[in-house]
Amino acid sequence: MASHEVTFPITDPNEILKLRAGDEVTVQGHIIGIRDRTQIRIFDQGVEPPMDLTGAFLLHTAPGVRKLGTDSEGRGKYEKVCIGTTTSARMVRFTEPLGEQYAVRAICGKGGFPDEAIEPMQRLGMVYFAIVGGAAALETTQIEEIEEVMWEELMPECLWKFRVKDFGPLIVGIDAHGGSLYHDVQARAQEKLKELYARL
Amino acid sequence: MSTEVTTDLAGAVEDAAAHLYVWALKDIPQDLRDALAAARDRETSTTGKRVLEIIHKNVSIADEQKNLVCQDTGIAVYTCRVGEHFPLHPARIYASLKAGTARATVEHPLRSNAVHTITRENTGPNIGYRLPIVHWDFIPDWDGLDVKCVPKGSGSENMSFLKMCVPADGVKGIKQFVLESIVGAGGKPCPPGIVGVGIGGSADYAMYLAKEAIARPVGTRNQDPIVAQLEDELYGLLNETGIGPMGLGGDVTVLQCHIEHADTHMTLNPVAVNYQCWAARRASAHIAADGTIDFDREF
Repeated sequence: MASHEVTFPITDPNEILKLRAGDEVTVQGHIIGIRDRTQIRIFDQGVEPPMDLTGAFLLHTAPGVRKLGTDSEGRGKYEKVCIGTTTSARMVRFTEPLGEQYAVRAICGKGGFPDEAIEPMQRLGMVYFAIVGGAAALETTQIEEIEEVMWEELMPECLWKFRVKDFGPLIVGIDAHGGSLYHDVQARAQEKLKELYARL
Repeated sequence: MSTEVTTDLAGAVEDAAAHLYVWALKDIPQDLRDALAAARDRETSTTGKRVLEIIHKNVSIADEQKNLVCQDTGIAVYTCRVGEHFPLHPARIYASLKAGTARATVEHPLRSNAVHTITRENTGPNIGYRLPIVHWDFIPDWDGLDVKCVPKGSGSENMSFLKMCVPADGVKGIKQFVLESIVGAGGKPCPPGIVGVGIGGSADYAMYLAKEAIARPVGTRNQDPIVAQLEDELYGLLNETGIGPMGLGGDVTVLQCHIEHADTHMTLNPVAVNYQCWAARRASAHIAADGTIDFDREF
């Protein structure tokens, strides 16, 4: 189990290819917060996202924030209150179009993606990072600033741009080589269930 | 006969609710802290241990910074035990719980999660039509009120399951359904948490009982020894599945299995599963008939 540090957005695809399921990763740079309604707007309602997602790290989140005011262009400025991560599995169907149409390279959430994410992540060179769900007090300390908020009307399911420092540690849940911890754990558990049922 | 209420009891219940909601979100109960510490000590997988260490670090940071343990402020669920002589009608208690929930959400501020179930538009500061949710219990020969607040996050609530087993499925059917539900849930409900199981009653009541079960102090046992034995057995079986902390594999899949039961129809055998994440937030208060609030009472 190796440890890595990766800065996002990435420009070199090898930054993703070097990661293997089970590795530990700390992230620097900028990450983008996204959630159910944000992705429904992009893909089901066909609205182009007003942020560049090339090489991006997406975080499944709907942060708790405090509004500080509005800038000269009418956009809200927010400070963090409590920022944590939501369950990814609800949003698995957006994985392929995020990678194919927008060149997103990393998706981070909690609880994992089902097996349907493995093939597109391998083909498109993407990775899924597992964060510890519920550990929002810690996560909040690693977010230095909320730099940009788009689609405020979807509050709190907006597009959020965060600057982070030492974000993590994250565990590589699904890598770009077809490896998935979730697949492996589930396969072992299904075998174990047969044994447990026989004992009941 | 009219009763003169000299104290603002409605205000006291509102104050209690406002305090309980935020308190529950920030300061997890000692029984849960102990269960998480024991989990960290016995976990042998590297990744699982790492996850449990991060959980501990997170709880410490929430304590130090007075921040929320988890960002999901949930749906506010209250359990009320109302004494028959408590001098405020449950209709007014409900209104006060709602006002307190809204006040806490606005004043802190807390993330507001409440939406209309079809339009998905926000309905207010964690309140809406039939929100918050209240479980009621009425106690004879008593003039007090106990209020417990359980903010219920969606990650774990989405992992709720119901099966109308038939009598021929027996207790074996109940065990199988709980096992397959928790394995199927994998990492999604933020394991290791509390598995609440409701058995008997009717379909809706089994689920209600499952929610009651997750709200109990961690590791308490059902008063019926037959049910308590099933709690112990399921706890052991669930921790053999290898799902592990956050579903990444390991020894500790659940902190506890709590079961609540009701007698049922001779041809019914309902089993409901309600999951509570590791951040099993819970806070309680006792409100006396004179409006005095005691925040130390646990139930």
